[in-house]
Amino acid sequence: MKLTTTLAGALAASTCLAGMASAQTDVTMWYHGAGNDVEANILNTLIEDFNGSQGDYRVVVESFPQESYNDSVVAAALAGNLPDIIDVDGPVMPNWAWAGYMQPLTIDPSKFDAFLPGTKGMWDGKLYSIGLWDAAVSLYARQSTLDTLGLRTPTLDAPWSKVEFMGALEAAKTSGTCEYAFDVGMAWTGEWYPYAFSPFLQSFGGDIVDRSTYKTAEGALNGDAAQEFGAWWQSLFTEGYTPGTSQDPADRDTGFIDGKYCFSWNGNWAAVATLDAGVDDVVFLPSPDFGNGSVIGAGSWQFGVSASSDNAEGANAFIEFATQDKYLAAFSDGIGLIPATPTAAALTTNYAEGGPLNVYFGLSEGQALVRPVSPAYVVQAKVFEKALADIANGADVADTLDAAVDEINADIEKNSGYGH
Amino acid sequence: MASKLTTSNRAGWAFALPGFGLIAMFIVVPFFFAFFLSLTNQRLISPNPTEFIGLSNYKNLLSISVLTIDPETDADGQVLIGDDGQPSYPAVRSFTRNNPDFPQYNGMREWFRWQSGDQAKVVVAKDVVFWKSLRNTLMFVLVVAPLQGAIALGLALLVNQKLRGMNIYRAIYFMPVVVSIVVVSLLFRFIYDGDDGLLNNILSALSFGLFEGRDWLGSESSALGAIMGMSIWQAVGFHMVIWLSGLQTISPTLYEASSIEGASKWQTFRYVTWPGLRNTAVLVLIVITMQAFALFAQIDVMTNGGPLDSTTTVVFQAVERGYGKQDISGGATISVILFLLVLTISLIQRYLTREK
Repeated sequence: MKLTTTLAGALAASTCLAGMASAQTDVTMWYHGAGNDVEANILNTLIEDFNGSQGDYRVVVESFPQESYNDSVVAAALAGNLPDIIDVDGPVMPNWAWAGYMQPLTIDPSKFDAFLPGTKGMWDGKLYSIGLWDAAVSLYARQSTLDTLGLRTPTLDAPWSKVEFMGALEAAKTSGTCEYAFDVGMAWTGEWYPYAFSPFLQSFGGDIVDRSTYKTAEGALNGDAAQEFGAWWQSLFTEGYTPGTSQDPADRDTGFIDGKYCFSWNGNWAAVATLDAGVDDVVFLPSPDFGNGSVIGAGSWQFGVSASSDNAEGANAFIEFATQDKYLAAFSDGIGLIPATPTAAALTTNYAEGGPLNVYFGLSEGQALVRPVSPAYVVQAKVFEKALADIANGADVADTLDAAVDEINADIEKNSGYGH
Repeated sequence: MASKLTTSNRAGWAFALPGFGLIAMFIVVPFFFAFFLSLTNQRLISPNPTEFIGLSNYKNLLSISVLTIDPETDADGQVLIGDDGQPSYPAVRSFTRNNPDFPQYNGMREWFRWQSGDQAKVVVAKDVVFWKSLRNTLMFVLVVAPLQGAIALGLALLVNQKLRGMNIYRAIYFMPVVVSIVVVSLLFRFIYDGDDGLLNNILSALSFGLFEGRDWLGSESSALGAIMGMSIWQAVGFHMVIWLSGLQTISPTLYEASSIEGASKWQTFRYVTWPGLRNTAVLVLIVITMQAFALFAQIDVMTNGGPLDSTTTVVFQAVERGYGKQDISGGATISVILFLLVLTISLIQRYLTREK
C-alpha cells in the first residue's frame, strides 16, 4: 500500500516536471569534448545562459569523446537519429553537407564579418557552420637555442626561407643539444597529418587537390613542387632531423619541454602547457617560407544544424547566441584556443595585445589556409596521411605521390565529382 | 538420427533457437548483405544513388600481372650498368602511368620483383596494399597458429602438475587474456619504443651494452614480428586453459598403466597424452587460425599498417576502406574474400584432421 502511494507520488511529481519543461522545446546538441571538465563547464554555462535568456527553447547537450565523435555522427545519420545542433570539424563539414546531413545556417552572414576566415564553414556558397575559435600551428623554439646557435629570429613579415630553416636544423643537429632537431609530431596519426603537414606542401607550391576544379589531384599532389616537397620531407628523416612514424606519443607531448627536441611543430593548444611547464623563453615562430609564402592550416570545430532538425530555428538561435564575444573569450581562456574575433581576443588573457599567445592571432589572420573545401576531403586526408607516412619510411617519392593521386582521382570519379 | 532431429525434438530446437537466431542475424544475414554490397558502388554516406557495378570491385582488388622490363641500353645496344654494378631499369611508373602502349598495366603498382637474366620481372597489381595485407595476414597465421598452440600446450603441461600454489601460476599465465588487447597494444608500444623502450633496455643490459637499440615497430623487418610476439603472449593463456581442460579429461588410469609398463616421460606424452588431446588440438588449431585471420586491434593501435604496409592486414584494410574512406562496397568486397579464404582453410583443416 505504501509502495503504491510512493509510486503515485513519484508519477505525479515527474508529470509536473515534464509539464514544466514542456514550456520550452528541447533542442538537442552533440559535442566532441567529453572527458574535458573545463570545456564541459564553459559549454554548460553557455547553455544555461541561453536556456535562461528566452522561453522557447531548451538546449540539451550530449558529449562524446573526440576520437569516436565523427563515427557516432555518421552512424546516427545512417540511423536517422541526428541531434538538432551538431558540432563538426571544419574540413569534414562539406562531406556531411554534401551527404545531406546538414542545412545552411539561417543567421545573417554579415554578423560574422569580423570572424577569422578559418572559422567559417562554407559549402556551395552557403554558410553551414561557424566556429567560436580557430587553431593555429607554429614552430616552437627556445630563445636560448636561437641565441646559442646564432640564428635570426624569424618574424611574420620575414619568416625563415628554406635554406635558413635547413641551416637551423643542421646547426641544431651538430650542436648535439637535443636528441632530434625537429619534431613534427609523427605520433599524432589521423587528422594532424593533413592539418599540420599539407601547409608545407602548399608553401612549396603544391596542394592535396587542384582547387580550381576539385576534380583532380594530378599536377597538384605529384607536380614538380610536390616532388620537391616530397624529397624535402624524406630528407627530414634520412638526415636524422626528425623522429619517424614510430615516435613515442609521450615524447611527442613532452619532448620539447624536456629538451629532447630543439624545434617542434605544434599547435597553439599545447602553448599553455609549455609555458606552465616552465619553458619561459619559448618563442612561437611562423612557418618557414619554402618558396610560395608561409602557410599554416586553419579550421577547427564548428557548430552547424542537422538537416533533419525540427527545431532549426532554435538551433540557429543558440548558435547565434553562442557566437557572442564573451563566450568566444571564455572558451579561449579555458582551453587555450584562438578566439574568432579581434574584439573577443582583446577580452582574453592570452590573445590580447601583448598577451603571451597574441602571435597566434597574427598567424591565423595572416597565413592560414583552410584544407580543401570538398566532400572528398575525408578520403583525401587519409590518402595524404598514408603517403606522408610512407615517404617518411623511405618509399620512393614519385611513386608514392603518383599512387596517392591515382587513389584520390579514382575516388572523385567513383563519386561523380562529389557535386563540384 | 536425422529423423529424430527433425521430428519430436521441439525442446531441442527451442534451446537452439536463441543461438541460431543470433548467428543468423549477426553473421549469416550480414554476410549475404556484404556479398550484395560488394557488387555495387555503395558509399557509407552519399547523396548519389547506389548502382550495380558487377564484379568491378573484385577486379580492382585482385588484378595482378607480371611486367617484364628490359634494362636500359646505350646507343650501341650495350646494357647500362648502374652505380651498384646492376643493370639499370626504367621506372615501373613509365609503363603503368599514361602509357598508351601498355593499357593492360594502367594504374598498377609494383609489389615485388626478381631478376631473370638481364630482364627484371616485376609483379604489378592494381591494389598493392591489398596484396600486401593478404601476405601479412597469411604470414601472421602461419607463424602464430603453430607457435601459439605449441607454447600453450607447454604451459598447460607445466600447470597440470599437482604442486602447491598451482592455481597462482594458472592465474598468472591467464592474466594477459583478461586485459583488453587495446591496452596491451598501447603498453607494448612503450615496450617496443626505439629510443628508450623497455625491451631495448633489457636486451642492452643482458648483452652488457653490446645490443644497439632498435626501433621495433618503426622498421619494416621487425614490425610484424614484434606484433606476432605480443599477440602470442597475450592470447596464449586462453589456449592454455583449453589444453588444460583437455589434459584433465585423460583418465589417470592410463598414466598409471603406462608407468607400470615402464614408459619414459616422452613415451607417456607421445602415446597417452597426445592421442587423448586429439579433439582439443583440432579445436585449438581452428580457433587460433580464425582469431589470427581477424587481426585488427593491434594494427590499429600500434602501427596503422605501417611502416610501408609491412603490418597492414585484411581486416584492417576492410575497416580502413569501409569506414575511414567511406567506401562500403570496397570494404564489403574485402570481407567476402576474407570469408571465402577462412572458409577454405577451415575446410582443409577439417579434412586433414578428420577421424580416419
